[in-house]
Amino acid sequence: MSLSLADVEKVARLARLAMNEQEILAAQAQLNNIFGLIAEMQAVDTKGVEPMSHSQDLAQRLREDVVTEADQRAAFQAVAPQVEQGLYLVPQVIE
Amino acid sequence: MIHSSLTQLGAALRAKKISSVELTQAYLDRIAQLNPQLNAYITLNPEVSLAQARAADARLAAGKAEALTGIPIAQKDIFCAKGWLTTCGSKMLHNFVSPYDAHVISQFNNAGAINLGKTNMDEFAMGSSNETSHYGPVKNPWDTARVPGGSSGGTAAAVAARLCAAATGTDTGGSIRQPAALCGISGLKPTYGVCSRYGMIAFASSLDQAGPMGRSAEDLALMMNVMAGFDERDSTSLQRDKEDYTRDLNKPLTGLRIGLPKEFFAAGMGADVAKAVEAAIAEYRKLGATIVDISLPNSKLSVPVYYVLAPAEASSNLSRFDGVRYGYRTPEYSDLADMYEKSRAQGFGAEVKRRIMIGTYVLSHGYYDAYYLQAQKIRRLIAQDFTEAYKQCDVIMGPTSPSTAFKLGEKGDDPVQMYLSDIYTIAVNLAGLPGMSIPCGFGANDMPVGLQIIGNYFDEARMLNVAHQYQLATDWHTRAPKAL
Repeated sequence: MSLSLADVEKVARLARLAMNEQEILAAQAQLNNIFGLIAEMQAVDTKGVEPMSHSQDLAQRLREDVVTEADQRAAFQAVAPQVEQGLYLVPQVIE
Repeated sequence: MIHSSLTQLGAALRAKKISSVELTQAYLDRIAQLNPQLNAYITLNPEVSLAQARAADARLAAGKAEALTGIPIAQKDIFCAKGWLTTCGSKMLHNFVSPYDAHVISQFNNAGAINLGKTNMDEFAMGSSNETSHYGPVKNPWDTARVPGGSSGGTAAAVAARLCAAATGTDTGGSIRQPAALCGISGLKPTYGVCSRYGMIAFASSLDQAGPMGRSAEDLALMMNVMAGFDERDSTSLQRDKEDYTRDLNKPLTGLRIGLPKEFFAAGMGADVAKAVEAAIAEYRKLGATIVDISLPNSKLSVPVYYVLAPAEASSNLSRFDGVRYGYRTPEYSDLADMYEKSRAQGFGAEVKRRIMIGTYVLSHGYYDAYYLQAQKIRRLIAQDFTEAYKQCDVIMGPTSPSTAFKLGEKGDDPVQMYLSDIYTIAVNLAGLPGMSIPCGFGANDMPVGLQIIGNYFDEARMLNVAHQYQLATDWHTRAPKAL
């Protein structure tokens, strides 16, 4: 299994990571090395094995659907790159 | 005083032999002297630390002190601490002053411990050498040409160089145990779910676990008494009764069954590491333990499985860093997608981007079953190996790391070689078991070697007992780097 340049470009786009041609080439070589390491697990017979998504086979706790946090809008917006009138500013996307 | 154990420091504070302000100032002075060489801390806030020390002195005077009241503890920069810069070692969070405390931080504050500063770490805890930090590499105090290990390398270096009394770390694939081994200190990764992950910046949520790093098992037990416990804000936090982790420290080891997995003593381990680990096992025989040969046949698959699962979870967790609500935003962009892509490309370092790419790929349409699902199935096989092994033994032992600390830059261009540094630690995270590393001697170039102790689920108190009894019989844990 090896990734083509087109694969790497597609993955970068999906991951929202801007990459130039040189970076794509470097990433291709490194990712293919890493997938070489990962390939080892493909040969393992896992028929009938239940996937393990968490280390404890317990159900996640549920809680009442009620507000538990106090309103800290000002504190949270203080660390934002751009804010105006209590709103996070992002670039215009609709003309 | 800076070389004293937590127990000794607590006793000195309660006996008024020293004040918390004096102790905190002593560590701050030592940090000012040595941090330029070691780069162990990212952020210091002496006024805040000293204000906490004054409050602790008042609490000590009022007779309301707990075990860690007044003691300066360093915090890995992955833990959100209210009012403190919390960068996670990344340019992405270079300006993030946390508006809230992580659960672990609140626990230390409630206990009256002093937050001495935030320690350096691999960016988003991704690395095995502490060379991926945006704030530059940490140097190993035993030899500043060498790495301290990662990702809790700043913490490990700070503890080893006596730049704090003890400190916190986090361990996703070995990030407490491996740097503890490489810096000659003790470190414990608890059972998954024992310490709350609330306010700990997420890397791979099903593997990440906070834990203590310090100079001895006894110190770790005192730290665990503060750090562990149920927190309803973390849905994976386990509802268990509060434990006293010091309770079994002094039990004799007679009858203890130690399992040695043959896979941990195979090719790949340095001869110097093998010699030190074997000498430690011999010491345990003297202490009354019996040795059982065991096998963890699927452990060889733990590195490939980890490098599917951890990046998959990371690619999802790190999608929140988009330049909109907090953190780094690129100065120039044409539209929203361009802003996301440039902010993330400029804000993340190479290793983080690499793992996001791996994760995005293995979760993408057409590859999910072949990679992610297959890895989750093998994860169960790896965990089942441990369940089988614990039918024959009480704890498992082996090396923590295949080699002693390597030189800075030595593995930088080869991610696969770097990933193999964690070959003995990763399986423990996949299974959610507790694991620790304690110093057990010195290898090539007089660099420290770590002994790994792996326990069954919730066996932290017994593991601390096993480590403490060894530390009563040996003095490896008391050795400090001479150059400093």
